[in-house]
Amino acid sequence: MTDAPALPKLAVWKFASCDGCQLTLLNCEDELLTIVGAVNIAYFPEATRAVVAGPYDVSLVEGSITTPEDAERIHEIRSMSASLVTIGACATAGGIQALRNFADVAEYRSIVYAHPEYLSTLERSTPISAHVNVDFELRGCPVDKSQLVEVLASALQRRKPRIPTYSVCVECKRRGNICVTVANGTPCLGPVTQAGCGALCPSFARGCYGCFGPQDSPNMAGLTDRLRLLGMSDEDAVRIYRTFNAGSEAFRAESERLSPSKEEVTR
Amino acid sequence: MTHKLSDGGQVLHVGMLARVEGEGGMHIEIHNNVVKSVKLNIFEPPRFYEAFLRGRKYTEPPDITARICGICPVAYQTASCEAIEQICGVETTPAIQAMRRLLYCGEWIESHSLHIFMLHAPDFLGFDSVIEMAADYGEVVEMALRLKKSGNDLMTLVGGRAIHPVNVKVGGFYRMPTKAQMLALRPALARGVEEAFETIKLVATFDFPEMEQPYEYVALHHPDYYAIERGTVVSTSGAGFPVREFPEHVNEFHVEHSNALHATFDGGMYMVGPLARYSLNFSQLSERCKAAAIAAGLGETCRNPFKSIIVRAVELAYAFEEAVRIIDEWKDGAAPSVPVTPKAGEGFGASEAPRGTIFHRYVLDADGVIQDAQIVPPTSQNQPAIEADLRKAAQSWVDLDDHDLTHRCEHAIRNYDPCISCATHFLDLRVDRS
Repeated sequence: MTDAPALPKLAVWKFASCDGCQLTLLNCEDELLTIVGAVNIAYFPEATRAVVAGPYDVSLVEGSITTPEDAERIHEIRSMSASLVTIGACATAGGIQALRNFADVAEYRSIVYAHPEYLSTLERSTPISAHVNVDFELRGCPVDKSQLVEVLASALQRRKPRIPTYSVCVECKRRGNICVTVANGTPCLGPVTQAGCGALCPSFARGCYGCFGPQDSPNMAGLTDRLRLLGMSDEDAVRIYRTFNAGSEAFRAESERLSPSKEEVTR
Repeated sequence: MTHKLSDGGQVLHVGMLARVEGEGGMHIEIHNNVVKSVKLNIFEPPRFYEAFLRGRKYTEPPDITARICGICPVAYQTASCEAIEQICGVETTPAIQAMRRLLYCGEWIESHSLHIFMLHAPDFLGFDSVIEMAADYGEVVEMALRLKKSGNDLMTLVGGRAIHPVNVKVGGFYRMPTKAQMLALRPALARGVEEAFETIKLVATFDFPEMEQPYEYVALHHPDYYAIERGTVVSTSGAGFPVREFPEHVNEFHVEHSNALHATFDGGMYMVGPLARYSLNFSQLSERCKAAAIAAGLGETCRNPFKSIIVRAVELAYAFEEAVRIIDEWKDGAAPSVPVTPKAGEGFGASEAPRGTIFHRYVLDADGVIQDAQIVPPTSQNQPAIEADLRKAAQSWVDLDDHDLTHRCEHAIRNYDPCISCATHFLDLRVDRS
């Protein structure tokens, strides 16, 4: 690497995930050359063969912990990182693969693979924060590009990132969207979901599906009552709470309150 | 990492492959200058999509399966919509098909420009990454970022965002973009057409190792245009059949060193992706694309996997041309979707992900609840071919020192633009070769 040693060292790590959140970094086309000028990209296998040894000033971590090896590896990464920021629903809530947490993993394995004994996998998919101390969790499936740049900048400047924790409803109001639930009776997770996407789904005439996870004070029971009034069955309500942030505390607890038994829902 | 074995053999081992999507490594053993074994190790953890899709509603696969891959979510969304629409007996309108193709062009543009410039070109130009490349090729990298951004902007317009678009649903879209919105992107796309043709010329100047591989090529074919978002399955051996017969021809099996299943086509090794599409559907490219391809030194078929970068550049130009054409022909006022009522049955869908044919199969009950799901992504189909290329590359250049040989072998893997996140999850086994 030709970068001056004074530049802060950035590392990007991947666990169980789709690659989309780290791709968001490469999707910062307008900012990429500026970012590259501000940091030493010390470890980012998706982008470069070059590897600069740790410790690292900032580690961005994508993905959830699903294997015994990964549960070890995250501790090594933590010990090498001054600041550890998790990015995306997998890293902050366990991701869609946390649906296994409500089911029998042995059965999952045998549905998918002929030789389950070749696999090494844990019973549960868990967020990074279940294993190590995390300095900041950036939500989203995927994360929002400008929020990612803000978090990166704040980590480098050693300040608190400006990331709102209020609901998607606030963004809808700000955009001037007509409420899809009130006007059209469309089920929407906006009231319980954290802002950050810019109220994307309601802007496309569909209900929010919760990909940024729970907002800071979600009224889950209140929303469920509303969904029931709209004619949604509890079975379908469980489905919409159990997607990309199924493992988040608020969505998990509400889905379990509504499902009479694990077996009935997951079968 | 390389090391010598006690019997005089040597091992080339790359624990973590760089500039591929997802986590994999390679392991090659050489004894007395003879390659004894090659393995593409895929240790990306499994996520069990096919298992947790069971019990979900027929409306959910476009959102759920998009999460298999952040680089090609539209491929998953499109194939899953088609499979479920087939079960429900729904025909989408020409306008919906055109909009799907436009969205898909955005994904091809984004993914191909990412791979050409950021993942693959550094191998040819001798850099570790596009970041180092930027110092010597500043204008090229700026052009690359512009091209990639055009693809992302197109996906954002049609899909709402570039990664995991929100506007796709079974039956069509939630909302159609307007012609005026599309025209706002047109100047950048028109510039993209020209810069993509420049890209073909640029990558044609790279040095290509001599290597020809005789694989069967498999791709979708559509009677009216170069297949992207749908088609029937064709192959170089003359196979031609509807997507629903795909499971009769493709077998998947589980090997110990990979969390991604391997696959065979009619019992043999095969390849999907740009080389296959180009060789099978060359005549359907635009005249300008065909001329540029020939001028770049390609024939009407291409058998050198290292030249896949030129083929991707041709497809990049074609995707830009198609995007401009669809925008120019667009008329506002079309319904964004057709209604879909669930039915019991089995359905099949396939589309051409940037890295090759992706196949989906679903079984629904009468309430529209998924009973079974199968997804065959391109990288799992290509794994045996990748390993065969690795074997041939390692043997052909066995006299290189370990550092250069390792790099050449990594390059051979990157020829495929492998998406390891995609390849790892997996299916219901039909055949077990153990």
